[in-house]
Amino acid sequence: MDVWHFTEMPYPHLPPFDELTTIRVTLPGKHFDPNIGADLFNRYLDEYVIADELGFNHMLNEHHQTATCLDVAAPLSAAILARQTRHGRICILGNPVANRGDPVRIAEEMAMIDCICRGRLDVGFVRGVPYEIFAANTNPTQTVERLWEGIDLAVKAWTTHDAPFNFEGRFTRRRAINLWPRPYQQPHPPVWITGSSDLDSIRKAAGRGYVFATFLQPYDKVKELFDAYRSAYLDQGLPGGGGTAFMPLVYTGETEADAEGGAREIIWYMNAKTEPQFRNPPGYVPVELNVQALRGAFSGRTEAMRAQGLEFQREQGVVMYGTPDQVAAQVRRFYDRVGGFDHLLVMQQAGFLDHKRTVASMTLFAKEVLPQIRGLARTRPLNAKGAAE
Amino acid sequence: MTASLLRISGMELEVERRGQGAPLLVLCGEEALELDSPVLAELARDHELIIPSPPGFGRSGRPDWIETPDDISYLYLDLVETLGLPKLPAVGFSLGGWIALEMAAKDDSFLSHLVLVDPYGVKIGGPTDRDIADVWTLHPKRVAALKWFDQDKGRRDFTAMSDGELTIVARNNESFARFCWDPYMHNPKLKRFLHRVRVPTLFVWGEHDGIVTPDYGRAYSRLVPGADFATIGGAGHYPHLEQPAEFMTLVRGFLG
Repeated sequence: MDVWHFTEMPYPHLPPFDELTTIRVTLPGKHFDPNIGADLFNRYLDEYVIADELGFNHMLNEHHQTATCLDVAAPLSAAILARQTRHGRICILGNPVANRGDPVRIAEEMAMIDCICRGRLDVGFVRGVPYEIFAANTNPTQTVERLWEGIDLAVKAWTTHDAPFNFEGRFTRRRAINLWPRPYQQPHPPVWITGSSDLDSIRKAAGRGYVFATFLQPYDKVKELFDAYRSAYLDQGLPGGGGTAFMPLVYTGETEADAEGGAREIIWYMNAKTEPQFRNPPGYVPVELNVQALRGAFSGRTEAMRAQGLEFQREQGVVMYGTPDQVAAQVRRFYDRVGGFDHLLVMQQAGFLDHKRTVASMTLFAKEVLPQIRGLARTRPLNAKGAAE
Repeated sequence: MTASLLRISGMELEVERRGQGAPLLVLCGEEALELDSPVLAELARDHELIIPSPPGFGRSGRPDWIETPDDISYLYLDLVETLGLPKLPAVGFSLGGWIALEMAAKDDSFLSHLVLVDPYGVKIGGPTDRDIADVWTLHPKRVAALKWFDQDKGRRDFTAMSDGELTIVARNNESFARFCWDPYMHNPKLKRFLHRVRVPTLFVWGEHDGIVTPDYGRAYSRLVPGADFATIGGAGHYPHLEQPAEFMTLVRGFLG
């Protein structure tokens, strides 16, 4: 199993949540102090450098117009890590190609970073969470189609070397596409996608040999998604690669009390408030889910988990915390419950968790948890063809 | 009353025909609240109402290539031709008013009169002017307050609806966003062609419409040569639902 350090680079120094209606999309920029922001950017990047020395790989993401995430351009932070780290792989999870558009520019940026870090880059593509629709002003009813047209075009741009080609698709139209530079890794860096329910996208990811990642979901849901991925895997005659990834919030402490204190700080992330219209723009989820929403039975996918307490979140595997042995046991239990998985993305920093405690937790994880889980085997396909091999 | 699916421009379009008399084209608003309203019942007493559901609304299909009210207007012009209708009046509510103007700007020869009720469709101000309140970025409670003079008239009990009814509500919401998300609720080109609308036209506006204000309505009406503009008090975005009697008086006076 591979383990990846992650922070969303939050800006937690806000008025109390009960004085705000939302900390996403429309929270005025006056609440951002550039002096504090400068410290935070440098601190979070320092923690990635420490993570590199501790033996972690690195995961980065981006969001827009939100205090939950100051990283508004993952290619920029990835480019910094490409120079400042030496060992770990760097995964952008991901490029919001549905919202950003311009998949050819994304392919160029990824190729450049991949060359700078000499092939340590993993390239994720994401559809983007519902809030992102507003900052990008993307039509919320077409994000899946935009995602896949963008991924397929980026991969074609990476792998077409002999002559320029043109592309006149539904969302992107370009002439004479001809990448300089092309990626360091051949034929292209590993591709990842994320998902939380869309089985069609999971099957597409499996069929193309891409890694499938899901975040902060209970284990029974994760098993359902990973099973769909694995059962699609060999049926489609894969060239190889692929795999599954899961991200919980993680805090490793010297004592149980210390760990619970840390966990209560990092679940700040799940308590971040968002006004209802940003949680479910029209057409972002299928009509069947919106029928439930009209009945009041669905108000966004993270809401259900948010409302439950820390104990429940630990039981479900969404938050893993405790002493090193306890955390290792929780990882192994999750691994067993979901039929195994390949990449553990550890969100080890969120909210007000300060540098000292973040590094303490990361260090304990690296020195005492990592050796216990590193040997967990890569997963096997579930379908009949896979079982027969 | 009959609703059927017609094959128009290669897609299935739901068209309801209701009432008896001279035909009248009814283009509903994005929420299709008109369908059960007293206003349509009243109009159906002396007209045969032709009520199409736009692509993605009601039971109409929604092929990917249809992306704007401009596209929908071509479908509806095909529909009018296919049905072989005589010259007829049209009433368009909200989104339906916008589609009616998209049709009339292309070809108004099928129309005798045009009634537009708080339509969207054009941008009047500059880049930082919010001509049309952003119903997707504002809190739903704020949207309701802007839309209705009397919010009680706008309350809908979704828990009492069947799955089939809720599916149509959810699908209508989704399709409204598909066609109107960006450019937000307007076609930047439409106002350049509204001079082509030469049939008698009446804009009706709710005095308290906070989504598209009466000032927006007045500016919009001035883009259509000779158009009349009338307001209805005690009403927001749906004056025909909040003040049906006054609305019917205006419409009957205009249609003659």
